[in-house]
Amino acid sequence: MKRLSAVILSVLLVLSLCACGSSTTTTTPTPTAAAGNPVLKIGVFEPASGDNGAGGKQETLGIEYANSVSPTVEIDGTTYDVELVKVDNESSNDKAATAASTLVSAGVSVVLGSYGSSVSIAASPTFKEAGIPVIGITCTNPQVTEGNTHYFRICFLDPFQGTVLANYAFSELKVTKAYCLSKLGDDYSGGLVNYFVTAFEALGGTCVQDTFPDGNSDFTSYINNAKNEGCQVFFSPVSTEAAQLIINQADSQGLGMPILAGDTWDSNVILQAAKGKSVDVTVTTFYPEGANADFDSGFKTWVAGDSTRLANNGGDDTVAAVTAMGYDAYFFALQAAVNAKSTASADIMQALWTTEYDGVSGHIALDQTNGDAIRNTAYVKHCNTETGAWEALPAVTIG
Amino acid sequence: MIEFLHSNLSYILSGISVGGQFALIAIGYTMVYGILRLINFAHGDVFMCAGLMMVYLSASMPMMMAIPLVLILTVALGFIIERVAYKPLRSAPRMSVMISAIGVSYLLQNAALYFTGGLAKVYPEIPWLSKTITIWDASTKVVTVVTPILTIVLVVLLSLLIKYTKIGMAMRAVSKDFETSELMGIKIDRVISVTFIIGSFLAAVGSMLYFTNYASVAPTSGGMPGLKCFVAAVFGGIGSIPGAVIGAFIIGICENIIKGGSSIFGIGGSGWTTFSDAFTFALLIIILVVKPTGLFGEKATDKV
Amino acid sequence: MGKKNKTELWIALVAIALVYIVVIILEQTMSPGNILFTVLKKGAIYSLVAVSMNLLNGFTGLFSLGQAGFMLIGAYTYAILTMPVAVKLSDQVYKYYDCIIHFDTGILVGLICAGIAAAVFAALIGLPVLRLKSDYLAIATLGFAEIIRAIFQWNTLGPVTNGANVMREYKDLTSVVIPIINVRIPPTLFVFIVAGLCIAFIVLLINSSYGRAFKAIRDDEIAAEAMGINLFRHKQMSFVISSFFAGISGALLAMFQYTVVASQFKSAMTYEILLIVVIGGIGSISGSCIASFLYIALSEWWLRGLDMGKFLGIDAPGIFRSGFRRFIFSIIIMVIVLFFSRGLMGDKELSFRWLAKKLRRKRSGEAAAKGGGPNA
Repeated sequence: MKRLSAVILSVLLVLSLCACGSSTTTTTPTPTAAAGNPVLKIGVFEPASGDNGAGGKQETLGIEYANSVSPTVEIDGTTYDVELVKVDNESSNDKAATAASTLVSAGVSVVLGSYGSSVSIAASPTFKEAGIPVIGITCTNPQVTEGNTHYFRICFLDPFQGTVLANYAFSELKVTKAYCLSKLGDDYSGGLVNYFVTAFEALGGTCVQDTFPDGNSDFTSYINNAKNEGCQVFFSPVSTEAAQLIINQADSQGLGMPILAGDTWDSNVILQAAKGKSVDVTVTTFYPEGANADFDSGFKTWVAGDSTRLANNGGDDTVAAVTAMGYDAYFFALQAAVNAKSTASADIMQALWTTEYDGVSGHIALDQTNGDAIRNTAYVKHCNTETGAWEALPAVTIG
Repeated sequence: MIEFLHSNLSYILSGISVGGQFALIAIGYTMVYGILRLINFAHGDVFMCAGLMMVYLSASMPMMMAIPLVLILTVALGFIIERVAYKPLRSAPRMSVMISAIGVSYLLQNAALYFTGGLAKVYPEIPWLSKTITIWDASTKVVTVVTPILTIVLVVLLSLLIKYTKIGMAMRAVSKDFETSELMGIKIDRVISVTFIIGSFLAAVGSMLYFTNYASVAPTSGGMPGLKCFVAAVFGGIGSIPGAVIGAFIIGICENIIKGGSSIFGIGGSGWTTFSDAFTFALLIIILVVKPTGLFGEKATDKV
Repeated sequence: MGKKNKTELWIALVAIALVYIVVIILEQTMSPGNILFTVLKKGAIYSLVAVSMNLLNGFTGLFSLGQAGFMLIGAYTYAILTMPVAVKLSDQVYKYYDCIIHFDTGILVGLICAGIAAAVFAALIGLPVLRLKSDYLAIATLGFAEIIRAIFQWNTLGPVTNGANVMREYKDLTSVVIPIINVRIPPTLFVFIVAGLCIAFIVLLINSSYGRAFKAIRDDEIAAEAMGINLFRHKQMSFVISSFFAGISGALLAMFQYTVVASQFKSAMTYEILLIVVIGGIGSISGSCIASFLYIALSEWWLRGLDMGKFLGIDAPGIFRSGFRRFIFSIIIMVIVLFFSRGLMGDKELSFRWLAKKLRRKRSGEAAAKGGGPNA
């Protein structure tokens, strides 16, 4: 009897939790394809939870959309169905290795991902061991591809992005003292801050650096530090999760200086947080909405057609840059398989070095040392806090 | 001195505000520990759940209805957790109850992870509390000022309750001697339930204040604040309510001073902030070694 | 030792040898990318750390929650020591610091040093901490683990620990070779050998006079002291030995993961290990081992489908979405904690006699049920 009541109560507990998390989800229709075709498996190695969950989901949406646009591919005269094998790396370094081996075990030919450099670095050896090529979509830390032959990348790198941001701060904003905030133990923000500092100090500016520990939600003291040190720009290329808090507290503490950030902040999470606040946010990114009207409108219709997708896109139909990059990565991978005339990992890896593709985010070709995309343009966006939308500023091209 | 205070007022303000919020959570720990001798590891997650409930409820109803409903639901959650996870283990060794508490904490976090889809939710703005004001050149939110006042009011009310009501007397008796009070005819289960109800209620209030300040709720939001509040309770002397409150204020203020270390004291280097969490635990270990009963703790009766 | 015990021992040894033979065969026949090996490797590593925690919690009665901190020390010591000098001096890993350690060691030295470093640290913090009682001890060790994590992330120590950045390019499981004959040891087998040796040592320790003293302390401190057992010395010893093996398992984890970063060793990791110990049964070595393999297999393999939209052939992406695996998993854990609080094995060890007894009891229970026993 006692046990019975305990069980009933525990069921109640679960139900009460369910009640507060009432979510309306419908099943996603899987793209129907003619049965009997051989299958090309593409691994999607993205975070769906944790710090980078929001961005990872948007990137995954880009890949899914691409898959819905082109669910089959013709390789060497045979039509293959493309099957996406998705795994959640939980934005966490220790989960990344095992998540990666799930993909390896599933027998994927090529892997796309991840959003967030730390997990990419952590999972890289597992893919290397299995001989599977990986295409990094928006992981910008140089260490991801450095010194290996299996990790490729279709976006620009942090030394470039850091330089662009430092130039922007120094010559456009005309500031000389910057406050740089990164997350402790995060390769992405730590790396980008470092490249920013190098470039900014080379220009003649000075920097104050701070880090915040994992799980921190009180940023008021960091904001006060920036104010008290007399800094003129607040550079914090951190995850969107922390970004929401920073924006909110910058508003309430009266930060009074522009906030600069990297590609992670190009997200509607930021727009929603900044709407109606007195903050001045500028970011660099890979793709400005509106650059490819066909892609934008197609994606918007696709997202609006399903509530799960809409929720994964942050509740509205803004086209995030990472979505466009995910879309390109999918086609880049298919192109490589077509060039390789094979679905074997080793052949695709070989073919990737010479694959070229004209994507919505621009022309993609890889350099021959590390397999990084040859990109010299970064788009700069400024957040309009009244409308809650991005405004494009002139793109920056270096070299 | 005045000059120093003026220029660093914003650090101290955020310290006091976060300290007040910690205090409300720490009371939950200290009361439960006083009676059950249990570190209720799930308490921090109850706090997080209260935050999530607010996010979902305020989306579908006006704030004036959502706030009382959140308080009621959080209290219910605390009550159910006690009944399901701790009551069956009343006669089990203390370690099993603690493991059960860790299990509940794990469950709440994972449930939150599932239902939120793993993303941080933006906490709704409670109209008046979220307003920005300026005090002596330091701008902050109204909640920063409201928190310490509300905390002190609640603590006074709680002290009155414990001192003068029948249930309060029963609580004191149970925390003094569990078995004897049972023999004296006190309904232990009822006392324990009331303890959990009060603790959860305060956690819900704390969560409203805390998340108004730091407006994002993630499944892991409760973990660190929870641990820190427990440390605050130990620091102040576990079982003592004023101790927990003072401990929480000390931890909140010190933490913010450490974060602003390089700016306040002019000693450079970015090593300071690395230790903002570790400092809390260092404080814990020092107090445990120097004065294990905490600042205001009663003399420990070592049961043989 | 009676004759019966001797045969028991032989049976156990043969069974263990069989496990190793199966591992060798599997590793020769199956593709190394198979998820099975991930589970086996991680399971073996977690077995070791769970057993080391069990030594403290289950056999000595010290409720310590510092395991993740000691694993961190082990993992970092190993990574720092075995990273080749060429890598340390280049900017491959130490991007923002100049590494001040200009030597590297072999894997074996690295592993042992990892254990020793953790043990030395345990000895240091044991002095103040071990005087505390039950839950105070738990929270103090938990606090120490957090402090250790902060120290390793401190950028002043960057030239040694690479700050808070990721450590990689050290010797991992694929580079294990037997020195003179230059034969590569398969990764899974290596993990099994190291973990097996360490667990064997702990088993021997528990069955020695020290082990009996530990159990006496667990059952009644005052009685144990009256019997002439030096409480502090034995507690210290148990704490240090447990940390030594936690350090080694941390090093193995670093080898298994290829990269290691301080931020992963959070208190959540300790809770995970504690739950494994509880599932296996507090005070049962074989229970801890079985539980860790089960735990890892469930969370990393069998229940993965719950996260990926498809489970047991049911296709429901709306329900089976990210996080569902961990949700279901934590419910299972709660059920075990509440209704089967003795875990899989209680405080018994897995043996044929135990199995036989279980079977016999089941059969007699069935017989009683058929015959309309007193309960029916």
